[in-house]
Amino acid sequence: MPAATDTLETVRDVTEGGYRWGFETPIEQELIPKGLNEDIIRLISAKKEEPAWLLEWRLKAFRAWCAMEEPRWAAVRYPPIDYQDLHYYAAPKRKAQPKSLDEVDPELLRTYEKLGIPLREQERLAGVAVDAVFDSVSVATTFKEKLAEAGVIFCSFSEAVREHPDLVRRFLGTVVPPSDNFFAALNSAVFSDGSFVYVPKGVRCPMELSTYFRINARNTGQFERTLIVAEEGAYVSYLEGCTAPQRDENQLHAAVVELVALDEATIKYSTVQNWYPGDAEGRGGIYNFVTKRGACRGAKSKISWTQVETGSAITWKYPSCILQGEGSVGEFYSVAITNNRQQADTGTKMIHIGPRTRSTIVSKGISAGEGQNTYRGLVRILPKAQHARNFTQCDSLLIGDRCGAHTVPYIESRNPTARVEHEATTSRIAEDQLFYCRQRGMTEEEAVGLIVNGFAREVLKELPMEFAVEAQKLLAISLEGSVG
Amino acid sequence: MVEVLDAPAAAGSDAVAHLLDRARGLAERLPGARHPVVAAWRARGAETFASQGFPTRRVEAWKYTDLALLRETRFEEPILAADIRPPLDLEEEEGPLLVLIDGRVRRDLSAVSHLAPGVAIASLADLLRARDEETVAGLGGLAPETLPLPALNAALAEDGAVVRIADGVDGGTIRILSYATARAGHPVAFHPRHLIRLGRGARLVLVEEARGEPEAFAWQNVVSEIQLGPGARLIHIRLQDEPLSAVHTATLAVRVEQGAEYDSFTLIKGARLTRNEVHAVLAGPHAALHLNGAQLVDGVRHADTTTVIEHAAPDCASRQTVKTVLAGRARGVFQGKIHVHRAAQKTDGYQMNQALLLSPEAEIDAKPQLEIYADDVKCSHGATVGELDLEALFYLRSRGIPEAEAKSILVQAFLDDAVSLVADEGLRERLHAETLAWWQRVEHGG
Repeated sequence: MPAATDTLETVRDVTEGGYRWGFETPIEQELIPKGLNEDIIRLISAKKEEPAWLLEWRLKAFRAWCAMEEPRWAAVRYPPIDYQDLHYYAAPKRKAQPKSLDEVDPELLRTYEKLGIPLREQERLAGVAVDAVFDSVSVATTFKEKLAEAGVIFCSFSEAVREHPDLVRRFLGTVVPPSDNFFAALNSAVFSDGSFVYVPKGVRCPMELSTYFRINARNTGQFERTLIVAEEGAYVSYLEGCTAPQRDENQLHAAVVELVALDEATIKYSTVQNWYPGDAEGRGGIYNFVTKRGACRGAKSKISWTQVETGSAITWKYPSCILQGEGSVGEFYSVAITNNRQQADTGTKMIHIGPRTRSTIVSKGISAGEGQNTYRGLVRILPKAQHARNFTQCDSLLIGDRCGAHTVPYIESRNPTARVEHEATTSRIAEDQLFYCRQRGMTEEEAVGLIVNGFAREVLKELPMEFAVEAQKLLAISLEGSVG
Repeated sequence: MVEVLDAPAAAGSDAVAHLLDRARGLAERLPGARHPVVAAWRARGAETFASQGFPTRRVEAWKYTDLALLRETRFEEPILAADIRPPLDLEEEEGPLLVLIDGRVRRDLSAVSHLAPGVAIASLADLLRARDEETVAGLGGLAPETLPLPALNAALAEDGAVVRIADGVDGGTIRILSYATARAGHPVAFHPRHLIRLGRGARLVLVEEARGEPEAFAWQNVVSEIQLGPGARLIHIRLQDEPLSAVHTATLAVRVEQGAEYDSFTLIKGARLTRNEVHAVLAGPHAALHLNGAQLVDGVRHADTTTVIEHAAPDCASRQTVKTVLAGRARGVFQGKIHVHRAAQKTDGYQMNQALLLSPEAEIDAKPQLEIYADDVKCSHGATVGELDLEALFYLRSRGIPEAEAKSILVQAFLDDAVSLVADEGLRERLHAETLAWWQRVEHGG
């Protein structure tokens, strides 16, 4: 597929290492003043011409946030963040809402092309619908008409608030309440855009949906919000990719993703997270503090999270499933790489509420350089979860003796008929595997790339095709400089 | 006896203040009070406990165990009563025996004369009164006294067992029995401190039992400091079987030097609340550690095994298998951390914890944890939670075995994975008998 090939080409270009998505787009920006208070929130809400209920919702979240403390329990270290020293809204300047891609600033389109996300080509050829979010706002959504024929709503969050306020109001904050945690509350107060997906009853979404997130502006935080609702019997597969320019200062990304699956609905959510990780000395990079949660409300519903986390200076992220519907299924497949000074504290929560609920967790952590990689997860079986079932596999791979790999699973069971199994291993790349590859003429880096891809295979095979290829390349690139 | 637990509750801070009052009041009278090093050690303990108080569930290490029971009680010291004799046949077994009643060593009940050369067993109180410098120097050397409970122990420790095995000596088997009576009729707390030290190449089998039938609420807050010299080997069997009027918090600190081996099995049959905390350090190359155990928890009991294994040196191995069986409204906790330091290359760490839930009202919380900073390591952990295998039960029943017996067989088989790791046949048989007795208690709703 040409789009995938294009993406591949972009990735293939990267041969000498470094972060190739680190360019900045010289585009006219609209920034609101730095700082965070009720007036700023009113300003954001006004800029987006939001209804009063949403402004109230934001203000409530802000007041809750003011009383909350930043979480300190994760195994990540970073200097204090000055939440008043950030722009909470940055948008590419434009006159009116673009009606089609032809009206989108060509500079923006070039940016996405450089990123390997050719919106135009993708629209025509790739068969993947894309919503592109540039700093705070969604700049383009492709394939809308075709989706609309099937009854699928796929648009920016702002548009959803305008066009489908009842739907947004019915589901917003029902999975991640505004005061759920520090970063979710912050997001709820200041979120500027994101994607909204609604798949009606019995509809199988005719194509993969995709959002591409890009942080461009300096001194900004990105706070997008995604809400996906799959009605009874619906199916949707959603992909998410992220990059940011290379800068010396850290930038904050605090997103919230909410998924709702009703009876027999399936949502598959895949992420390739490649925010700028900072340089080898740990300067710069994105702080990725994200709350992702799915509610399996209906019987036999299913939510599957797949993530490839290669970027960000710090990752704090626990995509979770609330398994409420009888026989509902939760899955979490994750590969997380930390190289140089990157720190990742990531994992999942599987909350088994309904009977016969099932969950699978496969987590592969790879640590290199001075990276610190933590799997933190919770499996909770509540008293009514008769015959619930969980299987967890957490493997860590260490490359070099200056990195760290940590596993912190929590298992809580209050039902004797439930079965929970957890396995974790930690090891390094075996000398004999390396030797075998080297002997066949591979360079050490190629050999490590191959072995790491084998290590992560169980997760990568869960990704949609286009992403799987890109993810494999990313794994190898992320580890450059970690051997030899 | 159980209703004592529901006695009028003092406020949390009151209990802490009361304990600190006791520490101040006793400061002049506790053994070794006039020794400046001992006095400073106790003062540090009191200070730490004063600043932290009882840990709450907001403290990560206490996420699953609530000490409200302790926070709400005013504890006094046990009374001195020379006439108390535990209803146990103490002469049943051969070999040295040290008996503690309500935390104090009772020489009249103990058998510590005629010891082999190189074997020393003594009361901590006696040694402190005699200003024994080796004992003084050993106090608090290993225990994590920045934590509130070991700190409180330091502030109030009155007595305990001191065991020393000289270089190259085989100390045979030594038994320590700690028996709670709370004869005074009011809630009592005691804080025994045991110091165990094996010299280079020394050997010992140490069997420790905690029992009792307290007349009032009894809280035993014990700290053991165990040091194994190079090449030494200690087999440590701990058995705890206390009634619902007892609370047992134990902190065990072990340091294993080069080539030494610490091989332990802990069987917890409960008190109302048990916290068994182990901090083990593999300090020299080729040291080995076995931290096995079983928690048999029924009724309203709560048992918590929390272990931290520090691999601080290269080429060490640690093995841990812990089984928990829960009946009634019991709650079991397992928290096990393996921490591999940067220097600890070639570490081999293995941990398995499994829980069997026999009742819809029981709860298990497990948190196995790996923290690894060295790359050339092989570490794994596994955890399972579930009920009795219904197919296995059906198989046994289809062969004419009554349900109760079939269950008993399966529970014993589940526990056997851990109990069979005890090499000594005599000790293993004894543990088997203890697990069977527990099962009978569960079956008869005891």
